[in-house]
Amino acid sequence: MSDPDHRREARLYLAGFGLALTLTLVPFGLVSWGLMQGRALAITIAVLAVAQIVVHLRFFLHIDLSRQKREDLQLILFTVLLLAIMAFGTLWIMGNLATRM
Amino acid sequence: MSTSNIHPGLNLGARHGEAHVGAETIVFGFWIFLMSDLVIFGLVFASYLTVANPMGMAGGPGPAEAFDLRSIFAQTMILLTSSLTFGFSTLAMRHERGRAAIAGWLGVTLLLGLGFLTLELRDFAHMIDVGAVPQRSGFWSAFWGLVPLHGFHVAVGCLWIMVMLVQMALMGLVPVVKTRLLRLGLFWHFLDLIWVAIFSIVYLGGLMP
Amino acid sequence: MTDAIFGRLGLSSLALWRAFENPDLSELIAAGAAMAVIVGGLVTVVLLTWFRLWGPLWRNWLTSVDHKRIGIMYCALALIMLARGVIEGALMRTQQAFGLHGGFLSPDHFSELFSTHGTIMIFFVAMPFIAGVINYVMPLQIGARDMAFPVMNQISLGLTATGAALVMISLVLGKFSTGGWANYPPYTGADFQPGPGPDYWIWSIVLAGIGTTLSGINFAVTIYKERAPGMHFLRMPIFCWTVICTSIIMIFALPPLTVAALMLAADRYLEFHFFTNDLGGNMMNYVNLFWLFGHPEVYLLVIPAYGMFSEVISTFSGKRIYGYMSMVYATMSIAVLSFCVWLHHFFTMGQSANINAAFGIASMAIAVPTGIKVYNWMATIFRGRVRMTVPMIYATGFFYLFVIGGLTGVMLANPVISYQVHNTLFLVAHFHNVIIPGVLFGLLAGYHYWFPKAFGFRLHEGWGRAAALLWIVGFSFTFLPLYWLGLQGMPRRSASFSDPSFQPMLWLALFGAALIVSALTCLAIQLWVSIRNRAQLAAPLGDPWNGRALEWSIPSPPPAYNFAMVPQVMARDDFAEAKADGRAYAEPEAYEDIEMPNNTAIGMIVCVFGTLLGLALVFWIWWLAVLSLAVMLLALIGRTFRLNVTHVIPAAQIAAEHRAWLAKVKAAPAVDRLEETHARNLGRAVLERPIGSEAAQ
Repeated sequence: MSDPDHRREARLYLAGFGLALTLTLVPFGLVSWGLMQGRALAITIAVLAVAQIVVHLRFFLHIDLSRQKREDLQLILFTVLLLAIMAFGTLWIMGNLATRM
Repeated sequence: MSTSNIHPGLNLGARHGEAHVGAETIVFGFWIFLMSDLVIFGLVFASYLTVANPMGMAGGPGPAEAFDLRSIFAQTMILLTSSLTFGFSTLAMRHERGRAAIAGWLGVTLLLGLGFLTLELRDFAHMIDVGAVPQRSGFWSAFWGLVPLHGFHVAVGCLWIMVMLVQMALMGLVPVVKTRLLRLGLFWHFLDLIWVAIFSIVYLGGLMP
Repeated sequence: MTDAIFGRLGLSSLALWRAFENPDLSELIAAGAAMAVIVGGLVTVVLLTWFRLWGPLWRNWLTSVDHKRIGIMYCALALIMLARGVIEGALMRTQQAFGLHGGFLSPDHFSELFSTHGTIMIFFVAMPFIAGVINYVMPLQIGARDMAFPVMNQISLGLTATGAALVMISLVLGKFSTGGWANYPPYTGADFQPGPGPDYWIWSIVLAGIGTTLSGINFAVTIYKERAPGMHFLRMPIFCWTVICTSIIMIFALPPLTVAALMLAADRYLEFHFFTNDLGGNMMNYVNLFWLFGHPEVYLLVIPAYGMFSEVISTFSGKRIYGYMSMVYATMSIAVLSFCVWLHHFFTMGQSANINAAFGIASMAIAVPTGIKVYNWMATIFRGRVRMTVPMIYATGFFYLFVIGGLTGVMLANPVISYQVHNTLFLVAHFHNVIIPGVLFGLLAGYHYWFPKAFGFRLHEGWGRAAALLWIVGFSFTFLPLYWLGLQGMPRRSASFSDPSFQPMLWLALFGAALIVSALTCLAIQLWVSIRNRAQLAAPLGDPWNGRALEWSIPSPPPAYNFAMVPQVMARDDFAEAKADGRAYAEPEAYEDIEMPNNTAIGMIVCVFGTLLGLALVFWIWWLAVLSLAVMLLALIGRTFRLNVTHVIPAAQIAAEHRAWLAKVKAAPAVDRLEETHARNLGRAVLERPIGSEAAQ
């Protein structure tokens, strides 16, 4: 019943959960106890969020660099490229317009 | 594990035969759909950021008056745990541990999803109480366009889980049911991923000292 | 009480009633259009009943999941909407020709006309036409039996038809938006247009847009996963490459439109403040979001047209396409660049010069891959076995007109020039100059090229040539004068003007519009004549043009399962190679059973209740909105409970059909290219290669 593959994969899920939990607890702690401020805090939150997204992709959505899954990795990277163009373009344009009003 | 992977995400594995082979096309298609949905979320995020300033708030309440960090923390924990329980359900299916195990973990995930929605609705009620309604300002319009959009996705996910529980009971673990569960898993994990962005940008970003 | 049942739908919503109350020429024209919709609908119903066609229509078409039938239905929808769009365009040209200090249309009616004209031409002519041709041709070219998701394909068609139906209904009930096809707030917000107009725009766009996104997913997955063995990416016909690019744009560029339109809906229905004047709304973000969609959209339209021209030019030059790899790279770079240039649609909104410069340079960069393509097409023709058939006439018109349009595009990509001519007819001339010779000529060339594949007979050549020449000349007379008027400062979207010096050019443009209407009439006559003479024009054997890609290797019209055996692809332009090597028309050693999806009514359910949902939302009939949404949802979920959704076509039947066709091919005369348009051309081509083509390859 308890085959080793299953246990190994379940342990991977738990590892992912543990990492994600840590990456969640840290920024919540930083904000609620006011341990950091301003730009440094914003950057920390952003970095931790990106790290957590990577953890989710790796452990829950099973995206990795192995040979078989290039197609979807390319798909995700391409989406991120287009989204970055659109989202940062929007922020750039709208931010610039706001300063000129 | 890796040799028989034919599509993104967790594969059923070759021993599932038709269900595994049939998943290749449809799971890839579902990934593309999720990426399209990601663009929707990304642009709503960008629009939110363009009005997350005093001009966008137009003299109305700001994040500090309306957000409750403890409730957000609870929602985050619930959603993260639900990702784990959904993962266990998928593993139970992949390793053929029986319908009861799959349905059990799915049921736990459903309860967690409904718990998340309950807390979120309570938060929304609080926001309405303090006047943080979309009719108040551009900022609150953007907030109500973004966070409830995620909540709506979670609600759809819950409905989908319910449908799948019924289908598992009525139809058994036939191949289409298995590939639907795979896609539902991707959907559920994807929503958790969006939530990471929401709590980081909207809530933690809004409540930063 | 009546409000609860009918919402804000009242007697004065009827265009006929408005004309009865206030019978001036403008209202009478609106009433005439409403009558045309009503009478047209009634005549269709009567004819279908009279000829007892409801059953066949339902069984063979409306419930079909066959990509070929869905493709044909898309094209039919597009041609019907094209007729309305052209008539509206001609009406606007007439109004402006008589528009010195007035004219016969009210300014609001004129605004409604340019709003529906733009919306229809982009969303309900160009997009369904393209979706239709892609649906028909792409699976045949890659050797697939159907789309990856046939039922979703039907739902996409249903949603597109829903959007088109809403725009048609707006002629009869209520009024359409007066905010242009881009529908900018705050002018389209609840404060300035409280009526149903912008709501019609929102719901027709959102519902059709969801259908388009689903189509994009379907096209992309089909190409990625359903290619025949041996059909590597770099063996695909150029048209399939352009489909990849178009589906990328459908998947990633439709979301901004959906976001913008739904935010506008939230403003209008729930008093949100996304784009309002007050309380922190920011209407500039609408402009930004709309063009995040809008610019990739024009490439969504033109890239598949490039693909169609590539197929047509290569076939009718009897040569492999020149510079295959550079075509692929150029197409892909256009697709990605198209996401980097959206700001050139609003250079004058007030952002800094640096931003304008960045987007201006990116916009000009698109001319490079486009230029590569034009040179490749010309090199393909060079020393080819060129036949000036109807598609090649369109291609020739495309060459010289599209290059003019592209060059004025490079001019407009310069922010300094854009400041001078923005909001003038120069812009109107420019985008018609790329969309008509680029997109529409491409589609019409493709229509003539693939029509014999779809129906088993060719289109009449003479009427086709007349139509093509009228389109080219008519386009030139209509739109080239508008460049001049734009440079003189005549603003776009104005019903009347006060400078008499504009008048001569407007008369010229009206003459051109008359030619375009005649071109459309010729197309209608051509279809009628071709159907009547289909016995002389028959080409059932499948290869009337000495074609090069896989779609020509099967009978016309193809059987439901497309290929009796999934082809084994050995080379680029595989069918041309197969004919040269003698591999073509071979009988397989064994036939196999084929599993095909069953018909389903889900697409029609989505279409009918989607239309009801749209109407209910436009007229605030909340009970109907909830009801139709619930029906759609239940139908979609209910469908997932069905397990046996496919049927099997037995190998014996396939073998019999395939052998009968092979026997006919062997017995038929093989015609050479001189007899291409002759009645002898039954669709079997003599193998011939022009001198020097070997060296060119």
